[in-house]
Amino acid sequence: MDQAIIIEKSVIIIAVFALTMLMAMYSTLAERKIAAWLQDRIGPNRAGKGGILQPLADGLKLFAKEEFFPNTPNKFLFIVGPGISMATALMTSAVIPWGDRLHLFGRDIILQATDIDVAILYVFGVLSVGVYGIMIGGWASNNKFSLMSAMRASSQMISYEVAMGLSIIALIMMTGTLSLREIAAGQSGMNWNVFYQPVGFLIFLVCSFAETNRTPFDLAECEAELIGGYHTEYSSMKMGFYLFAEYASMFISSTILAVLYFGAYNYPGMDWVENNWGINIANILGIIALFIKLCGFIFFYMWVRWTVPRFRYDQLMRLGWKMLIPLSIANIIITGLVILLAD
Amino acid sequence: MSIETVSLSGRKKEVSNKKMTFAESLYLVAIFKGLMITIKHLFKKKVTIRYPEQARPLSPVYRGQHMLMRDEEGRERCTACGLCALSCPAEAITMKAAERTPEEKHLYREEKYASIYEINMLRCIFCGLCEEACPKQAIYLTKSRVMVKPSSDREDFIYGKDKLVMPLEMAIKNTQNQAAN
Repeated sequence: MDQAIIIEKSVIIIAVFALTMLMAMYSTLAERKIAAWLQDRIGPNRAGKGGILQPLADGLKLFAKEEFFPNTPNKFLFIVGPGISMATALMTSAVIPWGDRLHLFGRDIILQATDIDVAILYVFGVLSVGVYGIMIGGWASNNKFSLMSAMRASSQMISYEVAMGLSIIALIMMTGTLSLREIAAGQSGMNWNVFYQPVGFLIFLVCSFAETNRTPFDLAECEAELIGGYHTEYSSMKMGFYLFAEYASMFISSTILAVLYFGAYNYPGMDWVENNWGINIANILGIIALFIKLCGFIFFYMWVRWTVPRFRYDQLMRLGWKMLIPLSIANIIITGLVILLAD
Repeated sequence: MSIETVSLSGRKKEVSNKKMTFAESLYLVAIFKGLMITIKHLFKKKVTIRYPEQARPLSPVYRGQHMLMRDEEGRERCTACGLCALSCPAEAITMKAAERTPEEKHLYREEKYASIYEINMLRCIFCGLCEEACPKQAIYLTKSRVMVKPSSDREDFIYGKDKLVMPLEMAIKNTQNQAAN
């Protein structure tokens, strides 16, 4: 019994890890393709059919680059920085329910690496540690531009975490649970949380843009002012790790958006499929449904990136502290009133 | 109408410094409008020309590599009058004239011909004034897409008669085509 559980969980963890890596890899290609299409271009199409091998070529190029170390007394921290970024981006995926359950080999397999009952707190905790990756990397670079970028990134992430946390409180009041699995299960049918919490969803969406350091909140990599941002001094695969971590965390935050607000693995007619075609097919379709949703969010991330210019630092702070936080507090109060009146 | 409000292009917009309302300062509506504009471009025809496979169409007045023409009997038309060199604004053309001997009658049309004819491709600006100046219709700028070959030696860019005179096979083909018509 114990052995079976260890094998089952290991398989899920390895599958999720591989999938995150694959998605992050192909997000880089998708980003370049979508950028090209939105600008009436074709995009990379030379490596493999339609550019399908482009991410491999990019990876190979990064591996072949010179490993440069700046004159810094903190070589260890310099190496640890990208590692933390990558690790936190990957750790979040542990609590995401990819599907309900599969019935294989005479036992129920829950499609989640671990079902902890404070999953949302765990996600927020890990996300906060993500700041350290950028901060340590930028500081250890011994470069003023890197440091300035790291300062911006961390102050941005910390301020938007507040609004993000407040927006999620309204959702938790509604669902009454902190477990992602129960939140996902509670959205069966078309009871997606986005229909009950549209304002909360919007705030969460904006904040997740800020948390992943994506445009319009990519002040940390503002090329015009800060050279390359916190990874100015990085080269070779260490820089690859930073870039990769950005895409991995974009994938994860898209997944979290889909799980929290867009019904996770639920799709219309899931019960019917389960009754008629069996639980396995119903859940495999569920996994596909989740992937369609999260790919939609990834596309949205890219779509916004190639539409909206970067905010100024003061605009960013004003939006975070003066707009989103009051809005999310109002959202909490209204949700609370509605829940009270409904009882 | 005062001068400040006149807009010749019809696109002049007054800058307004009015305070944004709360809804506006969330930027959501403005961003949504922008998203709708960019999504339209996703489905538009792509303007990229995939270069090695596709080439950009040439303009009808395109001027490429020079060629010293032969007449219908395959004789060189150039008489080394030097008008092309004179008209050349970049001073790229030099030539040396020589007198035709009776045995060379089948080679050169006029009694005088260019024994050396050189164009410095580093100086040439492909303006086509040599073509316009030529009284014998001897020099033409072709529609050839072939650019001057790169080299690390400056001497390689001075094109002599070996590179400029129309190949004989081409002259024969031209004459045959003319006869057929």
